[in-house]
Amino acid sequence: MNAILVAIIGMLILALGYRYYSKFVAEKIFRLDPNYVTPAHRYNDGVDYIPTNKLILWGHHFTSVAGAAPILGPAIALYWGWLPAFLWVILGTVFAAGVHDFGTLAISVRNKGQSIGTIAEKLIGRRGKILFLFIILTLVLMVNAVFAWVIANLFISYPASVFPVFIQIPLAIWIGFAVYKRKAKMLLPSLIALGVMYLAAIFAAEYQFLQIDLVQYMGGENGTGLFGLGAVGTAFMIWIIILMIYVYFASTLPVWMLLQPRDFINSHQLVVGLGILYLGLLFTNPTITAPATNANPDTPWLPLLFITIACGAISGFHGLVSSGTSAKQLNKETDARFVGYLGAVGEGILALISILAVATLFHNADAFKEAYSSFSAANAGGLGNFVEGASVLAGGLGIPAHISVTIVSIIVVSFAATTLDTAVRLMRYIIAEIGAEYNVQPLTKKHVATSVAVLSSAALAILPEGPSGFGSGGYLIWPLFGTSNQLLAGISLLLISIWLKRKCINYAVTLIPMIFVMFMTLYAMFQQVFFEWIWFGNEANNLLFVLGSVIFVFAVWITLTAIQVFRGKFEQENVDDERTDK
Amino acid sequence: MLDRLKRIIEIYEEILRMPHRTEIARELREEDDIFLLLLYSEMIGIPNPVYYYTLELYPYMIEKFHDWHLRMGMEKSPLSGIRCC
Repeated sequence: MNAILVAIIGMLILALGYRYYSKFVAEKIFRLDPNYVTPAHRYNDGVDYIPTNKLILWGHHFTSVAGAAPILGPAIALYWGWLPAFLWVILGTVFAAGVHDFGTLAISVRNKGQSIGTIAEKLIGRRGKILFLFIILTLVLMVNAVFAWVIANLFISYPASVFPVFIQIPLAIWIGFAVYKRKAKMLLPSLIALGVMYLAAIFAAEYQFLQIDLVQYMGGENGTGLFGLGAVGTAFMIWIIILMIYVYFASTLPVWMLLQPRDFINSHQLVVGLGILYLGLLFTNPTITAPATNANPDTPWLPLLFITIACGAISGFHGLVSSGTSAKQLNKETDARFVGYLGAVGEGILALISILAVATLFHNADAFKEAYSSFSAANAGGLGNFVEGASVLAGGLGIPAHISVTIVSIIVVSFAATTLDTAVRLMRYIIAEIGAEYNVQPLTKKHVATSVAVLSSAALAILPEGPSGFGSGGYLIWPLFGTSNQLLAGISLLLISIWLKRKCINYAVTLIPMIFVMFMTLYAMFQQVFFEWIWFGNEANNLLFVLGSVIFVFAVWITLTAIQVFRGKFEQENVDDERTDK
Repeated sequence: MLDRLKRIIEIYEEILRMPHRTEIARELREEDDIFLLLLYSEMIGIPNPVYYYTLELYPYMIEKFHDWHLRMGMEKSPLSGIRCC
């Protein structure tokens, strides 16, 4: 099948979803009111609450939520064939992710721009909030472990990407100082930085001595490493330790110094990446060689498909961005549809190109089946396949293969690194909040909280013996990452449903995706925790079993609490929005 | 056409600048808060030799002070000396 056709069909459905479905949700369900005084106007303090043009807010929202996850998930899920992945990404975006992102934004706007965690406290009580915090904590913990592994993996597979990625750090600090101290414009320095980075990528791809290949230094794949780990295992360990040291600094430095300038460069990369890939698709006009479905999978697609592709179809992480930040800057309430729903659509488009890049990579279906011979092979090779597939698409624009591979891997590493930075910072805040909640003073200190965050993430990345040997624990917990992410999304949808119910509005549009997502998540979790990871299971693993059971118990608990609230067993306290006192 | 391109670049730059704007405003606000503390430290028991003069700024600072205590989560003015609300 022609890949351009698939892309057009996907985009058409997304466009129709935005044009009609989101309009219906905005007008009939959330009943957005253009005259409503949004928190940005009501509490305008020139800092957090600032009315912002919807296009600009959308751009910021999209770049905050788009990362490596919508690329990685689909690249793995192609194991069950391209059609299920395609359908889940497109329909999930239209009916679940769009409504979720839009809904969390809308509910937050009506609640003074508060984060979804605080709203949870209002709607289902303090216990609900603490459970919610713990789920977010495990989520970010897994994000850290997964992405540390992803980056280490890319550094080892594509050693040319190391030098340009590390050059990004001093460049980012330079931009940070230029903009912050000397009030320079941001666009030009960040474009220069991007140029320098890509130039470094070209040089690194051309010249061997610029490629930092730890495995080679230790005598190739069969070389001896440290602690009897072998060369690859040692390389993983070294990269993960370096990355953890890096994130420690990145998440404790002021954000303007490193994190934000990196974001500027990465926003360009997002635009460049999406541009190159879709243009490349147009020029190469490839055919999808991957089979539409997988007739004999060793792991059933139900329910795992819905967990493997989290970001790109529905992701609870977006709710955190929607409710914490974007809601405080919404100019008009009706803009929520544009910012929230289109933000999810943007992510869907990123996931779509990830599917197409991998589905068109192989010469024929047999080559595909060989690469995706088992689910664990898909897990281990998914991202590499995306990088290869994307570089083939980029080749359509006349970029030589070795250079495009380097650039694509840099883009993916940059996304993953930003996610890692943000997640460690988020984890630090949550640890501090839990510390404050339980009156554990040391935990509220910046460096203590960061140390706890970094050390636990490193332990999770290094401890479990993954499918690809030492350090690949991150990939083992990818399904767990998916489940907790979906769980968060499900809980957010449930909160929105509770809120809609209290307003006596038909809540089916959020309740149905919520039931679907919750069912799939709990089903997948139950299956994995109690049949696979348990000591007599196929893939017995104590660490995953404990971690999985903890999340499972939290999930069931918070769901039951929320259902009780939903059925009206708790007294309704000040949950009303500000509409009444406008 | 050129105007349109310029507008697109402007919007793009604004998108980049958005989180930065918040951060800079926050740091400035913190500096302002410290300044406020320096001016009225006497009110919370820290001796301030120039209090007599800074008191002259009172009418200009009162609105900012009101914003400050609201931001700090206090509904009413915490200092009996400043009666903004």
